[in-house]
Amino acid sequence: MSLWEYANPKKFMETAARLLPVLAVLAAGALVTGLVWGFFFTPDDYKQGATVKILFIHVPAAMMAVNAWGMMLVASLIWLIRRHHVSALAAKAAAPIGMTFTLIALITGAFWGQPMWGTWWEWDPRLTSFLILFLFYLGYVALWEAVENPDTAADLTGLLCIVGSVFAGLSRYAVKFWNQGLHQDSTIMKVGEKDPLDVAYYVPLLICIAGFVLLFVALVLLRTVTEIRVRRLAVLQARERLA
Amino acid sequence: MMPELGKYAGAVLSSYGVTLGLLAGLVALSVWRYGRVKRALTEAEKRAGR
Repeated sequence: MSLWEYANPKKFMETAARLLPVLAVLAAGALVTGLVWGFFFTPDDYKQGATVKILFIHVPAAMMAVNAWGMMLVASLIWLIRRHHVSALAAKAAAPIGMTFTLIALITGAFWGQPMWGTWWEWDPRLTSFLILFLFYLGYVALWEAVENPDTAADLTGLLCIVGSVFAGLSRYAVKFWNQGLHQDSTIMKVGEKDPLDVAYYVPLLICIAGFVLLFVALVLLRTVTEIRVRRLAVLQARERLA
Repeated sequence: MMPELGKYAGAVLSSYGVTLGLLAGLVALSVWRYGRVKRALTEAEKRAGR
């Protein structure tokens, strides 16, 4: 069996119909477990107090904001190179989800930053690149809506996605490139190193990340199926008008 | 049951509130549009005799 079989809309929709209920249940289970564990059953941090509980939504949302753009980049490249419509529609379907995750990361970051840094916002490399990523998401969604021909829209948004990938990459690695901002580097992968994430937060955080990933995949499938149907509906309506 | 959030209650509760609200809105909007488009397509296919 080849991956390219899923470029067939019928095959994609059949597979999505089978996977969606399972993914929805797993996503809900992981999110409820992770968030309840993180909010109710983790201790306060010795430096950051109760604000550490924001970790369980801020980090998964920020990770998925960047990963969603990465998924859109792969789907856009498949469209631009192999002209598979399902991949273009999957990229379109993922954009509002990634945009919402980016907005969550920005808002929760501001709520976290105000008591810890004494400011809601700072033109720090990571914060600024995340704001630019959010603007790219807005532009991407707007471009899909603005261009009437769907293939042209897919071409233009695909190019925009490639350009925006620079900022998606910067938003992840800005802290490593420039050591001058307020935002700290990630501590998730620092097991065994200096100043790692405490084990009390580690497991619920991993469950929350899994929940956000599963929610993203489930929503992308649901919205891609919707986009395939929208296109089919447009064809039928055009035929009705001509008849 | 409610954890003691102290002076950070506003920041923590606002973060969770905004996140859950945005996620619930995103899911609701996606499911609503899925249903609306599915119904419209079924009707269009009936009219087309498929």
